[in-house]
Amino acid sequence: MTFQEQWIALSTIIRKEIVRFMRIWVQTLIPPVITITLYFIIFGKLIGSRIGEMGGFSYVEFVVPGLIMMSIITNSYGNVVSSFFSVKFQKSIEEVLVSPTPNYIILFGYVFGGVIRGLLVGIIVTAVSLFFTTLTINNLPVTISIVILTSIVFSLAGFLNALFARSFDDISIIPTFVLTPLTYLGGVFYSIKLLPEFWQGVSQLNPVLYMVNAFRYGILGVSDINITSAFIGVMAFIVILSCACLYLLSHGTRLRA
Amino acid sequence: MTTALSIRSLKKVYSNGFEALKGIDLDVEEGDFFALLGPNGAGKSTTISVICSLALKSEGAIRIFEHDIDDDFSAAKKCIGIVPQEFNFNQFEKVYDIVANQGGYFGLSRALSERRTEKYLKQLGLWDKRNDTSRSLSGGMKRRLMIARALIHEPKLLILDEPTAGVDIELRRSMWAFLKEINAQGTTIILTTHYLEEAESLCRNIAIIDKGEIVEHTSIKSLLQRLDKETLIFDLKNELKTPPVFEKCESTLIDNFTLEVVVSKEHSLNYVFGCLNEQDIQVTSMRNKSNRLEELFISLVEKDKG
Repeated sequence: MTFQEQWIALSTIIRKEIVRFMRIWVQTLIPPVITITLYFIIFGKLIGSRIGEMGGFSYVEFVVPGLIMMSIITNSYGNVVSSFFSVKFQKSIEEVLVSPTPNYIILFGYVFGGVIRGLLVGIIVTAVSLFFTTLTINNLPVTISIVILTSIVFSLAGFLNALFARSFDDISIIPTFVLTPLTYLGGVFYSIKLLPEFWQGVSQLNPVLYMVNAFRYGILGVSDINITSAFIGVMAFIVILSCACLYLLSHGTRLRA
Repeated sequence: MTTALSIRSLKKVYSNGFEALKGIDLDVEEGDFFALLGPNGAGKSTTISVICSLALKSEGAIRIFEHDIDDDFSAAKKCIGIVPQEFNFNQFEKVYDIVANQGGYFGLSRALSERRTEKYLKQLGLWDKRNDTSRSLSGGMKRRLMIARALIHEPKLLILDEPTAGVDIELRRSMWAFLKEINAQGTTIILTTHYLEEAESLCRNIAIIDKGEIVEHTSIKSLLQRLDKETLIFDLKNELKTPPVFEKCESTLIDNFTLEVVVSKEHSLNYVFGCLNEQDIQVTSMRNKSNRLEELFISLVEKDKG
C-alpha cells in the first residue's frame, strides 16, 4: 500500500470508530459525565469542604485534575477494548484482515479512536468541573502532552486486552480487578505524602500515579513525583505496549486461525 | 494466460493438531469460473481462509496473479475479493457504511469508494436499504451485501464460499446471472457450493477436495464424460403393474406411474425409448434421478473412503 492508501485506511478506521461511539453517545459520553459530576458533588463539595487543604489547594481544586484524568483513562481503555472485542466477536474484523491494511494501521486506527473518545470525555468533564471550581492551567504543554500520552497508553492496553479476550467476561476482568484499583490508588483523591513511607514506596510502583500527578502539575503546578520520570515512564509504556500489540497482530494471535 | 491462483504443497495444521490440508496443489486460470467442491469438513473453507490470510498456513506457497501472499501481500490482497460463508459484518452498521468503509481499507479514496458503493448496491438491489442497519436485512440481502462489499475494490479474483446457502430459488438464479455477468467481464471466480447443480451450471473447471487432499482437478466437461451410467426417471401416462423388460438396462417400478431406468454409457436413450415403444408404454416426462455431477461427486468421495 502506498502512503496515501495507508492514510485512507487509517482515516477509515478512525471515522468508523468516531461514528460508533457517537451513535451510542448515551452509553459512551453521558455515563462518565454523570459519574464524575457525582464525584465533584460528594468528594469535592460535601466531604471536600470538611477535609480542608491538600497540597496547598482546596480539596475540590486538588481532586479535579485526578477526576479528569480518571475519566480519560477509563474511557480510552473502555472504547478500544469494547470496540475491538466487538468486531472480533462479530467477525467483522475480517473486513480489515482480508484487506492490504498493515497491522500498524489497524493498531493506530483503534488507538486513535480511543484517544479521541478519551479526549472528548475529558473536555466534557473539564467543562462540568467549572461549575464546581475555577481552573487555571499552570503548564499547557505538560497538560496537553500528558493527557494525550496517557490516553495512548490506555488505548493500547485496551487493545491488548481485546486481543486476548475470548468472552465478554474477559473484557471486564482487567478494568474491574486491575484498572479501577490502580486508578483509585493512583493519587486521584489524595497526595501520597499523606501515606506512611512504606506505602509511598509501594504507590510509586503504580503507573497511574505518575500520569495523574503529571496532569495535576500541568493544572496546579504541584506533584508528588518527578515530572520527567513520569514522561519517561509513560513513553516506555507506549513503546512496550505497541511492540506487544504489533507482535501479536503479526502472529495473528486470537485473530487468525 | 496468467494463472489467477497457484497453490503449491499447501498444508494447514490447526493448533489442536488437526491436519486440515495435507499439501494441496491447485491452479486456477485467469477468467475461469472454478468450483471447489467437497463434503463438510473436507478443507474447502480452510483453503479459502488461508488464501485470504484469515488463517495462517503451516507450509506451502500461494501466488495470486503472480504475487506471493508472503512477499507481496499488499498486491496479492488487492487482487482478491472474498464472500465468506458466515455473515461477518457489524450488525449495527449501516449497509452503505459497510461497503464504503471496505473501499477505505483497500485504499480507495472516499469519493471513489462512495461511487462504487452506489454502483454495486444498485446492481445488487440494495440501494433502497442503504441507510438500514445490516441486522435488519433478510438472509438473501445479507448475502448480496457481502458480494457488494467484496466487489468494492473490483478484485480480479472473487472467491465465494457457499454464496447461495439458504437463498431461495429466485434469488439464487439472479445471483447466478450476476456472477456469470461479472465473470464474462473478466473476473475470475472460485466458488464453493453444496449445490452441485450450481457448479455444473456455472463453472468450467472443478476441484474436489476430501480430507484435506485434492482428489480430482479437471474440467466439468471431462468429468461428466466419465459418468458411465445415468439413472433416469420416467413418468408414465398409463398404470403399470410390473416393470417393462429391457435386455440391456436395469429397470424398477417406483410406483404404478413412475419408472426408474439405469442407462449405461454404451447404450443410447433411443434404445430405451425403442423398448418402451415396443411395449406400448407412453411417457409423459423424463428427468435425471439426481444431478449428474452429484453422482460423480459421490462416487469420487466414496471411492476415497474405501
